[in-house]
Amino acid sequence: MKLGLVATSALIAALSTTAVSAETLRLLTWGGYAPEDVIALFEEETGHTVEVTTSNNEEMIAKLRATNGGGFDLAQPSQDRITSAQEEFGIYKPIDMSRVDAAQIIPSMLEATATNTTFDGAVFGLPHVWGTSGLIVNTAKAAQVTDYVDLCDASVAGSVSYRLKRPTLIGFAFSMGLDPFAAYADADAYKGILDQVEAKLTECKPNVKTYWDGGDEIQNLLRSGEVVAAMAWDTGGWQLNADNADITFVAPKAGALGWIDTFVLPSRGRADDAAYDWINFVMRPDIASMITNTAGNFTAAVNGDSEVSAELKARYQGSFDQAAIDNIKWYPPVPAGLEALEGATLDRVNAAK
Amino acid sequence: MVTDRSKLGFYLLLSPLLLWLVTLIILPHIGLFAVSMSEKVGVREYETGFGNYAVFFNEPLYWRTFARTAFMSILTTVLTLLLGFPIAYYIAKLTRGRTKTTLFLMCLIPFWVSELVRTFGWMILLRETGVLSNFLQYTGILSEPVEFLYNDAAIMVGLVYTSILFMIVPLVTTLDSLDDSLIEAGYDLGGSGFSILREIVIPHAMPGIVSGCIVVFMLSLGNYLTPILLGGKDSLWFTGLIYTQFITRFNWELGSAFGFLLLGLSSAVVFLGLKLSRQSLSDTMGR
Repeated sequence: MKLGLVATSALIAALSTTAVSAETLRLLTWGGYAPEDVIALFEEETGHTVEVTTSNNEEMIAKLRATNGGGFDLAQPSQDRITSAQEEFGIYKPIDMSRVDAAQIIPSMLEATATNTTFDGAVFGLPHVWGTSGLIVNTAKAAQVTDYVDLCDASVAGSVSYRLKRPTLIGFAFSMGLDPFAAYADADAYKGILDQVEAKLTECKPNVKTYWDGGDEIQNLLRSGEVVAAMAWDTGGWQLNADNADITFVAPKAGALGWIDTFVLPSRGRADDAAYDWINFVMRPDIASMITNTAGNFTAAVNGDSEVSAELKARYQGSFDQAAIDNIKWYPPVPAGLEALEGATLDRVNAAK
Repeated sequence: MVTDRSKLGFYLLLSPLLLWLVTLIILPHIGLFAVSMSEKVGVREYETGFGNYAVFFNEPLYWRTFARTAFMSILTTVLTLLLGFPIAYYIAKLTRGRTKTTLFLMCLIPFWVSELVRTFGWMILLRETGVLSNFLQYTGILSEPVEFLYNDAAIMVGLVYTSILFMIVPLVTTLDSLDDSLIEAGYDLGGSGFSILREIVIPHAMPGIVSGCIVVFMLSLGNYLTPILLGGKDSLWFTGLIYTQFITRFNWELGSAFGFLLLGLSSAVVFLGLKLSRQSLSDTMGR
């Protein structure tokens, strides 16, 4: 009788450990961050299964807010958008550093991300992929575009595109000689900067062909030649460069805008084991290289560029010399409530005739 | 016993409808209304009040966008009616048998693919390097590429195309029920084509016209994809505003208030339209 009980509980324990060790990881990420071949390797190695949902910063927060942090086990918002979302909606849970193989992550990036994603004393984010926003220019037709405000130049009228989102406001502000990041803490000063940028963007509107929305859309416009200069992500420019040597990413004079996409754990995520396994798996140098080769952006993994294709490295070096790298403006954390001000500005620009 | 059983049957038949109404329409709206009544005053601090509704009326941008959306939807409805009526009349009155079925099917076929695909189709046709621009250059009418996309006319084209079926179907049904002998009698009594259309055909088709108009107006007003994709930088549409409030601004409170205003104001427009055309909703739906 007693033996039977022990045997049964041992069996239950055995069953439950297998159940725990093989989980379904519901990953909320960006396009290209979880390539098919990486997922296949991960599933083979760990026994977990992965379900990928691709999204963007705003949608990630909106989705997690709708479910109070449920529905996904791992998400990848940018590092500057984490503390405000945590403060407003409480949708994440802190990272347990003891379960992360920190030696695989570049220490300076790990530390910078930890500082920027600390809320109430707890760290919420780990760095994964980093990159910049700047200009994609068709150098055969619009080589004169070297800064954000050059997009408003009469010589490129009707062949320009950018997003109607916050990076555009920030980029234009820097290009106009203002420092929006320094004004983050002071809502009135920030409002003053936004008003100047609004005037510039309204004046610039006739120059714009359309405000792009998705990465594929802007690549399409540039590839067809309908747009010759755009504000966009570096990786898009490098992908186009592979097809058309005239088109490439240009780090603007005012500085490219640097972002780091992170790993965060949604507060009601169920598969934490699988999430930590995934983090430790994709930060391995060989896997990180695979992700860089598909996503086009470099990762925070130590030696993560070891197996990256030589063409991609060459394109990266072509766009960024040391001065351009030093000039990258890294996003500090956005204070809660700032987005409402920016939203009103963007709405007015959208409505302007 | 019999009455009890028939009552049970009545409630059983009613239950899917009630379930649908309560769980999918009434409950979400109550939740939405509760959200729209909470004003954000600080981080995780909310107060109850009509502040979000006041924003709509105090900020010209928002009510102008609504007015623009409503105006363009009305224009779409009128254009759809003008285009759809001759088609419906032809299908209902001038064709018989297999031709009729074929024509009706041809109106339906574009709707077998999703709205997104249809809209991308229009983008391929209208863009600067697209089919229309290239064709006009090929024939020598244009000397250089012209952008047909990203303006109000492109939105109009897309909306009319998307909603014309919903005008044709009710029109064909009502016109079908019009006895041909009435039209013949009109001619026998010396009526002209125009007077017959005005005195006989349109009065008979009025319920179809009104219900078609209501559906098309509501579909256009609530459309999101077509105005955003075809309109580009001028694509200001009220549903787009609601989307940005919810998704990119994290301002569910204002978004919910906009949702309710859309519901209320569009109902008001339909009510006004019914009053102006001297039709009643029960007449339209009852026939």
